[in-house]
Amino acid sequence: MVFSLAEAIPHAQSHVHAVLEGPDINRALIRISHEILERTKGGEDVVLLGIPTRGVHLARRLAGHIRQFEGHPVPVGSLDITMYRDDLRTRPARPLGRTELPADGIDDRTVVLVDDVLYSGRTVRAALDALAALGRPRAVQLAALVDRGHRELPIRADYVGKNLPTSKSEIVKVYLEENDGRDAVLLLKEDGK
Amino acid sequence: MKRHLISAADLSRDDALLILDTADELARISDRSIKKLPTLRGRTVVNLFFEDSTRTRISFEAAAKRLSADVINFSAKGSSVSKGESLKDTALTLEAMGADAVVIRHGASGAPHRLAGWVRGSVVNAGDGTHEHPTQALLDAYTMRRRLGSLEGRRVTVVGDVLHSRVARSNVLLLATLGAEVTLVAPPTLLPVSVGSWPCEVSYDLDSVLPKSDVVMMLRVQRERMNAAFFPTEREYSRRYGLDRDRVARLHDEAIVMHPGPMNRGMEIAAEVADSARSTIVEQVANGVTTRMAVLYLLLGGDI
Amino acid sequence: MSIVIKGARILGGEPADILIEDGVVARIGQDLTGDETVEAAGLIALPGLVDLHTHLREPGREDAETVETGTRAAALGGYTAVHAMANTSPVADTAGVVEQVWRLGQEAGHCDVQPVGAVTEGLAGERLAELGAMADSAARVRVFSDDGKCVSDAVLMRRALEYVKAFDGVVAQHAQEPRLTAGAQMNEGAVSGRLGLTGWPAVAEEAIIARDCLLAAHVGSRLHVCHVSTAGSVEIIRWAKSKGWDVTAEVTPHHLLLTDDLVEDSPVGAYNPIYKVNPPLRTRADVEALRAALADGTIDVVATDHAPHPVEDKETEWAAAAMGMIGLETALRVVQEAMVDTGLLDWAGVAERMSYAPARIGRLAGHGRPIEAGSPANITLYDASVREEVDPGSYASKSRNTPYEGRTLPGRVVATFLRGRPTVLDGKLA
Repeated sequence: MVFSLAEAIPHAQSHVHAVLEGPDINRALIRISHEILERTKGGEDVVLLGIPTRGVHLARRLAGHIRQFEGHPVPVGSLDITMYRDDLRTRPARPLGRTELPADGIDDRTVVLVDDVLYSGRTVRAALDALAALGRPRAVQLAALVDRGHRELPIRADYVGKNLPTSKSEIVKVYLEENDGRDAVLLLKEDGK
Repeated sequence: MKRHLISAADLSRDDALLILDTADELARISDRSIKKLPTLRGRTVVNLFFEDSTRTRISFEAAAKRLSADVINFSAKGSSVSKGESLKDTALTLEAMGADAVVIRHGASGAPHRLAGWVRGSVVNAGDGTHEHPTQALLDAYTMRRRLGSLEGRRVTVVGDVLHSRVARSNVLLLATLGAEVTLVAPPTLLPVSVGSWPCEVSYDLDSVLPKSDVVMMLRVQRERMNAAFFPTEREYSRRYGLDRDRVARLHDEAIVMHPGPMNRGMEIAAEVADSARSTIVEQVANGVTTRMAVLYLLLGGDI
Repeated sequence: MSIVIKGARILGGEPADILIEDGVVARIGQDLTGDETVEAAGLIALPGLVDLHTHLREPGREDAETVETGTRAAALGGYTAVHAMANTSPVADTAGVVEQVWRLGQEAGHCDVQPVGAVTEGLAGERLAELGAMADSAARVRVFSDDGKCVSDAVLMRRALEYVKAFDGVVAQHAQEPRLTAGAQMNEGAVSGRLGLTGWPAVAEEAIIARDCLLAAHVGSRLHVCHVSTAGSVEIIRWAKSKGWDVTAEVTPHHLLLTDDLVEDSPVGAYNPIYKVNPPLRTRADVEALRAALADGTIDVVATDHAPHPVEDKETEWAAAAMGMIGLETALRVVQEAMVDTGLLDWAGVAERMSYAPARIGRLAGHGRPIEAGSPANITLYDASVREEVDPGSYASKSRNTPYEGRTLPGRVVATFLRGRPTVLDGKLA
C-alpha cells in the first residue's frame, strides 16, 4: 500500500508526520481493552459498536483483545450514522454503511461506541441518535483511537488511544490493516500554516 | 444519479447497484423498534397521482414518511384536472409550494418528462401511461437479488401484455443494465412491432422458455384488452400464456414467480401458484417501500 | 404606376430587371426603369408561392389564427395564394361558410384565400356536403377535403370522386384508416415502442391511398393525396401515376426534414408535443423516399399543412396535445434546406412544386404562372445566401407551434408581390 499525499490533500504542498505506527496502535488498543474491562466489571453486558468504516475494524480488534484476556466473547456490531448526520446537505447523497447489531440486541447493555478519530463530536451525536432508534442501552460509552480536540458539542470520550493536539488546518488520517493494508495514524500539515 | 428518475434507462449500472445496495442497508433497519429516520427532515415530497393506484401511492408515502419527509398527497383523479393544461398549472402550484420531489403517476406516457421541464425539484416516475414504472423494476430487481443473488446472467422471463406494460419496459431496460438475460413471452398482438430492437429475446411459446428460466414474471392482463381482439378469449389466453401448476412444474427448483399486482387469479396466474413458496408477490410489496426509500434518499438526501 | 425589380435572378438564372405595370409583368430585360425601384441584386425571383393546404382556423378558432394573421404569415413566407382547409367551426361545408372565408381573405388582402370545401357534412363522413353549391358560389371551390379526417367509407369516397367531375373538382384525401389509428400518437416504430405511445402505422396511410387510387381510376376522376408521409405511399403513388391515372400528391416541409426520433430525443426534451403532427413524423428512410419522390415528380407539390394551435394546446402531456405545426413562414427555407442545398431540386423545380403545380391542381386562375411578360405579377424575392436561426417571436402567425425554434435554416423571403402590389418588402409586411 502506497500512501498518496496528493489524495489526502489535493493540490496542496504538505508535510506528513506519523503520530502512531502499527505497534503503537496495538498497545493503545490493548490498553483501551483493559480500561473497558475495568470500568465495566469484566466486560459484563458490554456490546462494542463500531462506526463504519474504521470504527468497525477497531471494535473487532478490541473484542479480540478482550476475549484473549477474559476468555469469553464480547458481542460486536456496527452502527451506521449516515442517515443521522447533520451535514448531509453539504454533499451529494452518501452511500450507506452497514448497521449490524449482535443477535441479543443492545437493550440494557453497556454499549461502547468505537470510532477512529474524535473531532467535532458530531459523528458521536449522530451515533447517539441512531442508537436511540435501535433500542435502549443501560449506558453508552465512547472509545476513540485518536482525540484531536476541537469539540463543537458537549461530548467526551471514555477511552482514548492518544490525545493529539492539532490545528484545524491539519488532517488526521487513520490507516488500518483491514482497510488500508497497513496500520498508522498520520498527521498531514499544510505548508506555511 | 441524475436529478430525476423517469426511466430505468436513466440509471447506469453503478446507479442501479447503489440503489439496490442502499435498499439492502435500509432493509436491515426496517424491522427495528423505531422505523423512522430523520434524514429527509424539512424536505417536501408531493405524491401527484392522476390515476388511482392506492398501493403505489401508499408505498411512496410510507417510504417518504419513514425518512421524515413532509408528504403532500395530491390526487387529481375525478377533479377537473384531466387536460394537460392543468398538468402545467399543477406543476407551477407545486413549484410555489417548494416541492423537493414530485412522485407522479399519470395516464399519459411522457407526463413525467413534461413535468420535469416545469419544476425545479426531482421528478420520480410512479408509472406513466404505457411507458415506464422504474421503481417497480427496481423493487423487482431487488426482490430477485435477495432470492437469487447477483442478476448477472440470470434468465428472466416476462410474460403477458408487453405492448401496454410500463412494468415490462422498465424491467427490460433495468435488467439489461444489470446483466440479466430477459425473454419476453406474449401473443404477437401484445408485443410492440419494434420489439426486435429491444435488449431482450422474444418468444411466443411459454413452455419452451420455462425450463431455463430463473425468474418468471407474470404481467397483469387488463380487462379492456380482453375485448379488443388482442386474443380470442380469456380461456385461450390462459391456456397458452397462463402460469398454472403444470407449467410451474417445468421450472427448476430455485426459480421464482413474480407478479407486480394486482393479479387476475385464474387468468394469467393460478391461485395456487401465486400462493406457493416460489411466489415473491408479498415480498415485492414489502420491498417496494425499502426500494423507494433508497430512491428518495439518494435523490434528496444530499445537496440538491 | 410601375415598379422595377432590379437585378433579380429569375428561378436562379442570370440577373434581369422585371418591369411591373398595372399588376402585370410588362417586360423582362436589362436597365429597365419605372416609378419605383426595388433592388434585388443577388435575390432569386420565384413565382408567388401557392399553398394547397393551410389551416386559417377562422371561423371558430380565432385564438389560434385568423384569416388576417394567417395571410400575413403566408405573405411573409412568400405566398400569394393559400387554400384554406374546411375544418373550421362551423365546418366549411356550405356555400355560406366558404363565401365568408373567401370574403375575409379579400378584405385581408395579404394574399388570395381560396376556400376548400368539406367533402361530407360536418366532416362526419356520412353524407356528401353540397359540393355543387360551393363550386358555384362566389368562392368557386374546386378542392374538396375532409382534412383532419379521412373519408374512410369507400362508397362515400367513390361518390365524391364521381360527383366533383361535374365541375372539374378534386378530392384531397387525408389518408388515414381510422380503425388502424384509433388513439394513435406517433409513427409506429422503434421509438413509439420504447416511449409507450400508441403507434400510427404507415399501412394506415398506404392502404387508403391504394384504395383511393384504384377508385379514382375506376370512376375516371381526379384524386389529390394530402401530406404523404411514408416511403410505401410514394411507391403506391408512383405506380398509380405509371398507369396514367390522374393522381397528384403533396408533401409537407416538416416531413421532408424531421423524423420521429425527435419525440424521444431533442433539445426541447422528450415527449415535447411541438413534434406532434398528423400524419406523424416518420423515419429517416421515409424522409429520404419523400425527398426523392418530390425530386422526380412522383410527389407534385410541397404544401405546408400550416396548423396553428395556441400555447395551451401544446404545453401539455403528449397525448393531450393538439396535432399540427405552423409552417407558412418557414416552408421555403425548409425546402431549400431539404431539397435545394442537397442538390435534389433547382429553383425551377421549386417553382413547379410550390407555385405552378399547386395552382394547377387547385384550378387557381391567376396564380402559378411563370415570371414572363403578360403574367400576373405574383412574385417572391428570396435571399438564398443567408442562414439564420428561426425566431418564432418575429412570426406574424398568431401561434408559435413551430418545430424549428432554435434551429438555423437557410434563406430569407425578402419581398412578395401580389398582382404587382408589394405585400412584403425587406422581409416585413409592406
